[in-house]
Amino acid sequence: MDVTVTVNGTTYERDVEPRKLLIHFLRDDLDLTGSHIGCDTGNCGACSVILDGTLVKSCMLLAVQANGASVETVEGLAEGEELTPLQQAFNEHHALQCGYCTPGMLMSATALLRENPSPSEDEIKKALQGNICRCTGYWNILEAVKSVAK
Amino acid sequence: MTDTTIAPEKVEIQKGWGGQSVRRKEDKRLLQGEGVFVDDVKRHGMGYLHFVRSPYAHAHITRVDVSAAEAIDGVYGTLTGEEVAALTDPFFQISSVPGANIKDFSLAVGKVRYVGEPVVAVVAETRELARDASELVEVDYEPLPAVVDARKAQDSEAPVLHDDAEGNLMWTGLYSWGDLDAAFAEADRVVQIPELHFHRFNSTPLECDGALVEYNRGVGQWTIHTNNQFPGFAAIMMGPAMRVGLDKLRFVTQDIGGGFGNKITSHPQLVVCCLLARKLNRPVQWTEWRTDFHLSMSHGNERWFRDTEVAVKDDGTLLGFRTKALDDAGAWLRYEPLGGVIWAQVTPGMYRWRHIELEFTQVATNKAPVSPNRGYSRMQHLWFTERVIDIVAKELGLDPVEVRKKNYVRAEDMPYETPNGCVYDSGDYAAMLDLALELVGYDSIPGKRAEAKERGKLLGVGIGSTLDSGTNNFGQSRLINPELQFSGNNEVATVKLDIFGEIVVTLGTTPQGQGHETTAAQVVADILNCSVDDVHVRAGHDSYWNSHAGFSGTYASQFAVTGLGAVKGATEMLRDEIFKLAGAVFGGVPPEALELADGGIRIKESPDAFLPFMACGAIVNANNAGLPEDLDVTLNCRYVYRPPFEVPDVETKKGNLTLTYACQVHVAVVEVDPETGAYEIVDYAAVDDCGKRINPQIVEGQVMGATAQALGAAIHETYEYDEDGNLLTPNFYDYHVPHALDMPPLATGAIESPSPFTPLGTKGMGEGGGAGIHAVCAAIQDATGQVVTDSHNPYQRVWRLLQQ
Repeated sequence: MDVTVTVNGTTYERDVEPRKLLIHFLRDDLDLTGSHIGCDTGNCGACSVILDGTLVKSCMLLAVQANGASVETVEGLAEGEELTPLQQAFNEHHALQCGYCTPGMLMSATALLRENPSPSEDEIKKALQGNICRCTGYWNILEAVKSVAK
Repeated sequence: MTDTTIAPEKVEIQKGWGGQSVRRKEDKRLLQGEGVFVDDVKRHGMGYLHFVRSPYAHAHITRVDVSAAEAIDGVYGTLTGEEVAALTDPFFQISSVPGANIKDFSLAVGKVRYVGEPVVAVVAETRELARDASELVEVDYEPLPAVVDARKAQDSEAPVLHDDAEGNLMWTGLYSWGDLDAAFAEADRVVQIPELHFHRFNSTPLECDGALVEYNRGVGQWTIHTNNQFPGFAAIMMGPAMRVGLDKLRFVTQDIGGGFGNKITSHPQLVVCCLLARKLNRPVQWTEWRTDFHLSMSHGNERWFRDTEVAVKDDGTLLGFRTKALDDAGAWLRYEPLGGVIWAQVTPGMYRWRHIELEFTQVATNKAPVSPNRGYSRMQHLWFTERVIDIVAKELGLDPVEVRKKNYVRAEDMPYETPNGCVYDSGDYAAMLDLALELVGYDSIPGKRAEAKERGKLLGVGIGSTLDSGTNNFGQSRLINPELQFSGNNEVATVKLDIFGEIVVTLGTTPQGQGHETTAAQVVADILNCSVDDVHVRAGHDSYWNSHAGFSGTYASQFAVTGLGAVKGATEMLRDEIFKLAGAVFGGVPPEALELADGGIRIKESPDAFLPFMACGAIVNANNAGLPEDLDVTLNCRYVYRPPFEVPDVETKKGNLTLTYACQVHVAVVEVDPETGAYEIVDYAAVDDCGKRINPQIVEGQVMGATAQALGAAIHETYEYDEDGNLLTPNFYDYHVPHALDMPPLATGAIESPSPFTPLGTKGMGEGGGAGIHAVCAAIQDATGQVVTDSHNPYQRVWRLLQQ
């Protein structure tokens, strides 16, 4: 099936198998490998992207469902070499170790902060509960997000 | 949310880069989605590999037919167990007999022994097609009874996994040190503990295993892009099995999405990829699915401690213990039975027991093979020693804090030789406990206990004091099998000045988030008196470069000793060469008249006589005519760090099995709902001492991560099997790992007791010793008043405890 998807401002037209997952479309067809895969069941959130303004797990959508949509991935966060305040906060607070969950964490936290620029600690935890990190224990991730909350 | 307390009197004032929380160099690429993980590596024409796996825990394979799968357009080919048996030899076995007799291939040959065991591999044009085609592979099985409980594995009627071993016993050995009879004769009391159980779980790195393998037919060499975290071990397993020299196996890693030991034993899958890359003459890509990882990879060692007897005095003085450890290896010995000796690095835990006897037995069961998991084998044993302390304290009616303090190895006894010849290098365990108790407000606990009671809750406090032994002496493998020719340890680094003066560092390690690029740069910058920004540490491992050795990799809490020891050695060599070169260029100036500064070298008394690193690199690499003939400098220095070890004595089973002993004391405060058994950690403190900290923020990150994994294991995570050998927790739905909402408040603290035995005073520290598991068990025992005998305490188990 033909799909047209805009990712980080660039529009792509591709012929995809109807069953192809959005995450595999992003990674394999568009070579945007920043979004990751950590499970088969929609639990881990490593593949989180923002689709038409809504946070989604891209392993839980088919590529064809994104037809006509605008997708934001981790590759689109920074302006060139300039990291976003959230990305800088992750660095400052040591909120990443292996970095595998980090793209999904950043997208979830970005979506949260757009919707709620002043989240409480509990709201941050709830917003990130769909993202698994096995390295950090989340403490420093919460500190990083808190530090950029207004 | 988190609060760090440093015991000021113990911290040395750091100068230079070492000791500073320098921001990680790795982060920028990882934060922008520009890391290169193994599934990101692509090649033209590559095929995707999918494994057909056993649906049975134990069965004969009577027929395999791949013809329907191979007939599909887009399927490139398959590999069967029969082909593997013809093309390869069984993997080398670490064990002595009977485990030595088993025949382990990279695919099941003739028989399957656990649910999820790879039987056939299919390679196709797309991931989806490979998976579909796998469904068309026909395998006929003749099911056999399965054994899933290690305690029944040696029963006469138990089904036997490996006929070659003539039973399910894989390895057994008796360790006995001191004078047990005298200790028990001296004892006022003998505390009996019939059975303790350490459960099966692992760290589930978020990135599963994987590889992209290319075969260069012209030179007969495979390039294996992988996330295997111990290429040195993979190579010695794979080369002989594949009947090739190790020069034919090139391992390349860059970013690895967590390892925790779980990525050490992917060598069978890598062999399959290699065979198919050669057979199909195209690159082969394999990325493990999450369910496949849970079913088949690297479960942590499940262990039973039975018939434990503890000799104690009425005042709580511990004299000795004897116990029988029964370890469940699962179906294959992929790194085992090394767990049968690794525990002995921490034989007495943190205590001054001098008389210890432990009979270790490892058996095979129809479950996934075990492999190293963060805290490998020591964690199980340290959980045991901590359980013993709390059970003894309960039986004697003593305060667990006082029993610990009475029996801890004392700061003034350091370095302390344990009954089996290991040497604890440094530390002040009692001070750590005091700090941890202070961080949870221990003085206020009686009031909080009463207040919780008023709310109908049971409050409990538990201590987990534990060790993270690091830098293995691989000579300990001879206590498992005296025929083995391994001993010592090593790691490599190269440091060079390139043509334009770039300082380029290459490591033999395979970091998975530990920040090696950053800490290595800190060490180099201090020696060369330059900025960390001027030090370029290459990301990842490549065995094509001459920057690896037999034990290269990232495992077993050793980078801060072996990796940084190598970096230090190589950088000092480079520094000395820069001095020699500059001395010659300046016309015979002696080294003592020179100094490094501002990205170059100068004459102390004439700072204008300055040679920038750029000039040094250019002169040696590209402009060397006229240099003195006897000037022996390359500005490209390779150093192999080799820790000071002797081969342990196989008769007495004594020797120094590891170089360093980082230590952790954790305290958990829990509130239990007696109606349901549900509990919450309401306060938590983690105090760590890993000697000198090169980058305190990275160290604290490791402490936090190890804490989170331990809490997950203590409360939620378990690989449970039914009686037929089906794994009941094969994905993240059923295997609950902690989420952000699960995390308790955490206070961290640090003490620095530099190791006297290491180049930088550092100790390896990444594994953490499972202190959280010990602390939670102790806290539940304190809250419920019931003896906790299992390391895994979900709410229903606590509820059952309360019904006793």
